[in-house]
Order: sequence, then C-alpha cells, then structure tokens
Amino acid sequence: MDFDLSSEQQMLRDNVARLMKKKYGFEQRKAYLAAANGFSDDLWRAYADLGLLGAPFAEEDGGFGGGPVETMIAMEEFGKALALEPYLETVVLGGALVRHAAAPEQRADLIGRIAAGDLRLSFAHAERQSGFDLNDVGLTAKRDGAAFVLDGEKGLVVNGDSADALIVSARVAGGRRDRDGIGLFLVDAEAPGVSRRGYPTQDGRRAAEIAFANVRVAPDNVLGSPEDGLPAIERAVDETIAALAAEAVGAMSEALAMTVEYLKTRKQFGVTIGSFQALQHRASDMVVALEQARSMMYFATMSAADDDADERAKAISAAKVQIGRSAKFIGQQAVQMHGGIAMTYEYKVGHLFKRLTMIDGAFGDADLHLRRLGDRGSLFA
Amino acid sequence: MDLRLTEDELAFRGEVRAFVRDNLPASIREKSVAGRRLAKDDYVRWTRILAAKGWSVPHWPVEWGGTGWSPVKQSIFLDEVQRGYAPEAIAFGVSMVGPVIYTFGSEAQKKRFLPGIVDLSDWWCQGFSEPGAGSDLASLRTAARRDGESWVISGQKTWTTMAQYADFIFVLARTNPQAKKQEGISFFLLDMKSPGVTVRPIQTIDGGHEVNEVFFDDVRIPLDAIVGEENKGWDYAKFLLANERNGIARVGISKGRLDRIRQLAAIPVYGSGPKIDDPFFRARLAAVEVDLKALEMTQMRVISNQRRDGKPDPASSVLKIKGSEIQQATTELLMEVVGPYVLPYEDPEALTNEPPAGPDWAGPAAANYFNTRKVTIYGGSNEIQRGIIAKAILGL
Repeated sequence: MDFDLSSEQQMLRDNVARLMKKKYGFEQRKAYLAAANGFSDDLWRAYADLGLLGAPFAEEDGGFGGGPVETMIAMEEFGKALALEPYLETVVLGGALVRHAAAPEQRADLIGRIAAGDLRLSFAHAERQSGFDLNDVGLTAKRDGAAFVLDGEKGLVVNGDSADALIVSARVAGGRRDRDGIGLFLVDAEAPGVSRRGYPTQDGRRAAEIAFANVRVAPDNVLGSPEDGLPAIERAVDETIAALAAEAVGAMSEALAMTVEYLKTRKQFGVTIGSFQALQHRASDMVVALEQARSMMYFATMSAADDDADERAKAISAAKVQIGRSAKFIGQQAVQMHGGIAMTYEYKVGHLFKRLTMIDGAFGDADLHLRRLGDRGSLFA
Repeated sequence: MDLRLTEDELAFRGEVRAFVRDNLPASIREKSVAGRRLAKDDYVRWTRILAAKGWSVPHWPVEWGGTGWSPVKQSIFLDEVQRGYAPEAIAFGVSMVGPVIYTFGSEAQKKRFLPGIVDLSDWWCQGFSEPGAGSDLASLRTAARRDGESWVISGQKTWTTMAQYADFIFVLARTNPQAKKQEGISFFLLDMKSPGVTVRPIQTIDGGHEVNEVFFDDVRIPLDAIVGEENKGWDYAKFLLANERNGIARVGISKGRLDRIRQLAAIPVYGSGPKIDDPFFRARLAAVEVDLKALEMTQMRVISNQRRDGKPDPASSVLKIKGSEIQQATTELLMEVVGPYVLPYEDPEALTNEPPAGPDWAGPAAANYFNTRKVTIYGGSNEIQRGIIAKAILGL
C-alpha cells in the first residue's frame, strides 16, 4: 500500500496548481463566466499545452499514458479553483465513453483530437423522465441501411450548448427502461435537426436541453455495438463519479481553508472568533469530514479501473455517499461560520457551497447510492 | 500510488487469519462473538499462544520481542486478530507502559518488566485519571515525596481499568508542587502488592466490573521505581497517550461486529423475516460501512505518514473520533437486530452455567451498547480530540 505520487504525478500537480494560482483568481474567474460559452478558451488551450487533455488516455490511443490518478490530481485542483472548463464532460466522461464503447480506429481519432484541444464533447443522456436511472432511454435511433436516424429530446446536457460534438444515447431496440438495446452515437453539435437551448446552471456553469429531429448518423459515428451501450455508460459514469469525488475534495479543502482563515482574522467581542470553542470544534468536525472524504476519493480512484463491475459499483457508491455527506456538512458549515459575507454573490465560499451541492446531486445523491450499496451487500466481503 | 495490498502483504494477511482461526480456543471465540465478558485467564491464555509464536508485542523493538513488521503489516495483524474475535492485547502493558519503559526506562527496568509484558505474566494497569483530574490530567494531585531510600506515594486514582487483575500500576504523581503543573510530575512503576494500595470496584452502567478506584495510603516504593528523570513524567505521559491513539480506531473490532450483525440479520429471528430484507435497515447498515471503509483508508494514510517522519500525527485524533463513533454505531445496530430480546439482563460478572433467559444469539447486546458509550469519553474524550485538531492541524 502506497499513497505516494510518482515524480511525474507530483510535477503534474504542481503544474496544474501553478496554472490555477496564476489564472484562476476569483476575480479572473468572473471574466471567464461572462463569456458566451461560460468558460475560458485560453485556458482550454493551456490545458492542452500542459498535456492535461490527453493525460488519462493510453499512449496507443494518442494519450499520455496516465489513468485515474492523473484525473484525480487535475480534478482536485480544478475543484479548489472552481474551474469552469468542460474537462469533466470532455476528458473524463466523454473520454471514458470513447475508451469503453468506440472501436479502435474511432478511439484513436477522437482521443487524438481531445488531447490536442480540438474537440469538446458533451454526453447527451438524461431525459425528462429518467431521473438517475442510466437505463431509462426513450430517444429513438431507427436503422436506415447502415446509418441511424435519431428522434427525441435530451436534457441537462452539461456544456451541451458549447460542445463541438455530442455523444447521444438512444434506444435502438426494446422498451424504454430495458438494459439492452441502447446505442451510443456521435453527433456533430451543428448537424441538421439538432436544436440546442443553452442556459446557466445553479453552480455557474452551463447546460442545454437538446432536441433531435430526424438527425442522421453515419455508420462511422456509431460508437461500438449499437445495441449494447449500457455497460460502457455505467463504467464511464463510475469513472466520472470518481473524478467528481476529487473535484469535491478540492472544493471542500478550499472551503475549509477559507473558513479557518476567516476564523483567524474576523474579530467580534474584541477577539478573533476562532478563539471560541464552539467554532473550533465545528471546524474540527469539518477536518474529520474532509479526511473521510479524501480517503474515499482515493478508494474511488483506486476502484475506478476495476474490471469487476459489482466491486466497482460498490466502491463508487460508497465514495459518492461519503462525498455527498461530507460536502453537505462542509459546505453548510463554511457558510454558517463565515456569517453574512458568505451569503453574498461576490464572495467565493457561497459558490463553493453551490458547486458542492450540485456535485452531491449529480449521478445520484448520497441517499440513492446508500440504497444501491445496501442492495449490493457488504463492503467488507 | 497503489492502494492495493502487495502480494507479500496479502500472503501475510492469509497467514494471520489462518493462525487466529486455528489457534484461538473455541471457548474464547464463542464468548467474544456473543459479546460476553472475557476472564483474566482468557487474556493470559491467548497472549501466551501469541507469545509462543513471537507475535504478542509486534510493534516493539526486535530485541525485546517485537517482530520487525512494517507499519502496514502491524495494521493488518491488528485487523485480523480483532476481526477474528481474538482477545485484544492488554494495552496498558503492550501499548502504554512497555514503550515508555523501552524508550525512557533504565536497563534494569527493561530487564525486569518487559519480559513479563510479553507473556502477560505481569498484568499492568494505568494510574493516570483522578477524581479531580480527568480531561485536565495535568492538575493531578497524587503526590510522591522522597523519604530516605524510598518514594512515598499518597493519593487516589480512578477509572483504573482491570486493576483487580493487575500486578503493577504505572502512576503519574506530583514530585514538585511548586512548579508549573505540567513540570512537577514524575512517572512511577508500582507493585500492586505494596502495603497501602487499596482497590475498590466501580460498577459501570452495564452492571460490569471493569474499572476501579485505587487508593495510595503512604505507599513506599524503591527509589529506582521512577522512570527517566524526576519531573519529566508529563513528557512520558504525552508520548504514551500519542501511542494509545494508534490503533484506537479499532477498525477490526467494528468489522467483526458488522459481520455479526449481518449474520444475525440474515436469519429470520422473528416472524417478520430477516432484518436484512428491510431496505431502511440495509441503508443504515451501509451508512456505517461507508464510514468504516473511509476510516480504514484514513488509518492507512496516517500509518503511511508515520512511516515517513516518525512523529505522532495529529490526524490520529481523526481516527479516535471516527473510530469511537463507529464502534458506538455498530453496537446500536446490533441492538436493533436483536430486537425485543435485548430486554433480559444478565449479570456480566456472574459465574453461572445457567442458560440465558432469552435466545442464546441475543447475547448482552444492550449491555454492550451501554458500555460502549465509554469509547467517546476515554483516551482523551472526543471533545479533547477536537481541541487537538483545532490547535495542531488548524492552528486556531
């Protein structure tokens, strides 16, 4: 058992941290937010130059040979800075779908373009009725010779309004909630029949509701087997949850650091408020919550590449539960202990709180994963 | 970074697991599984089995009987022994006074006392807390004065666990009443058979006799019964308490109790069917398991940090807080699984062969729940631990 980063990984962390420090001050971030796509194209370019966009992909696919640990490192730093770029959507989720579903030549093409910074992806999967059920897919894909035609609607497509291409899940066969018969299709975001309605999200990002009317997908753009996409989706979502855990740990550690700094500087009754035991003990409970979350971030990262789907699902659900609970406690207490200033839009802590809240809700909240874990049996088999 | 156990560590885990399975006497195992109190002889018997294998004081220096295992292996060992329902090592000797003696004691003290801890031929107890000195331990009032060729100890200790079995007690006593309170304390090793030592039992809420009051009425002990330097006892006590917090997470104990909970929850002990069929119960069980898995990883992180700089980590306070909370949560779940038959009381001290009033699987689930409230109080209460985190980690 070894928690040490390799020297390359340490360097990656230093590089990302340095870039965030230089480019992601909270005031600078406000300028990125004001852009039409809601993030910074310059930083996306900088990520490509740093090798971040190809970090978790195999070298034979055009990546840099890293894996879940490299993703964890980048996401934790992004979490501290509240970075807005669609790294999770493109590299983590999109990248995992490509890795697990696409044929080798598709994989090499797409990953090469992702790593170069030339392709931004979003996953168009959720629908109005689907909740967190990954198998609930109603948008239809009808065969037309070797091609497919998509009809239906997708929602909550994060960064869907600015993505270059969408990976769309669609029902090729069977009923709306069947596990079999789901395909994955790569669709140019500007293709005829695609209409996107972009909007801001609670955590300062952007998403889109997207309608597909008679959208034609060429055979080359069918990712893997068109009727057996769900295992790849589940696996990609598991890897994404592991990455979200790291982002959450980054955001939680920043919220705690800001809170402790505030406790040391804010004076009331003639003393710094950090001298009050009630607040000291609350801050200590935040440390406990953070360390437990960090441990589960490691556990999720280690398990993300597990080929045993059941063991992986248990580990990921366990991590999501811990992250959700810790994020709620730390987010709420960071606001409480800052007092009024945390309620203002111009101060960072409230935005960390909002992002943490949305992370808990992404891909199933703590209660949902607790139920799943309960149904799967002991974590200590 | 690789968080899997190595081949070597996995093989070691298998070896320890098999050893516990094959060597733990069935009568001891049955008592532990049921949550019943172990007798002094049970502890002695198991310690001798371990000592014969060379495993009774794994973390000690090899020259005094230690194993030379890596911290990860020590942790695996502890986990397996605990989960396998073997008696815990008597911490007062193995984890507390033993390391103080081999680190700060004289050669004569090492030779005299360490071998008796290895095979539990000497049972130690801890003379720290006093009626007026609990969390504020440094305000203790038990006094030691020099008189000719003796130290004379007078005062009272309390919460002295298993003093009724003890051959020796290690005692913090004030040797300089004029000094600042931490600077006038010394650390003594004292024979419980010395004239003037009186032990009085304290009955705990579960009805058991675990803790005692110990009175020192002008007890004369030799001059060489002091450890290290006079008035440096507080430093040795801090060293000891930092060691005590290692392993205080008791991950293996909680795993063993969760195994028991799952075992009982899977059988239809009442007409309503197995408890595990209740999704609400399953979710609550899963919540405790998540906490415990995170704690297990946190413990590994603390261990791997220690390996690097050798100093106790204030993060061990995190282990104490979560470990104790989880122990309490598992006793609550066990009580819930047992259900209505938690009600009958059985005297934990009664030496009787009479069968329990209720079904045998019920065991003393409620008594253990009541008793386990102690774990957030002892070893530095969880509030004290929060204070340590606030100061040592956050700088508040």
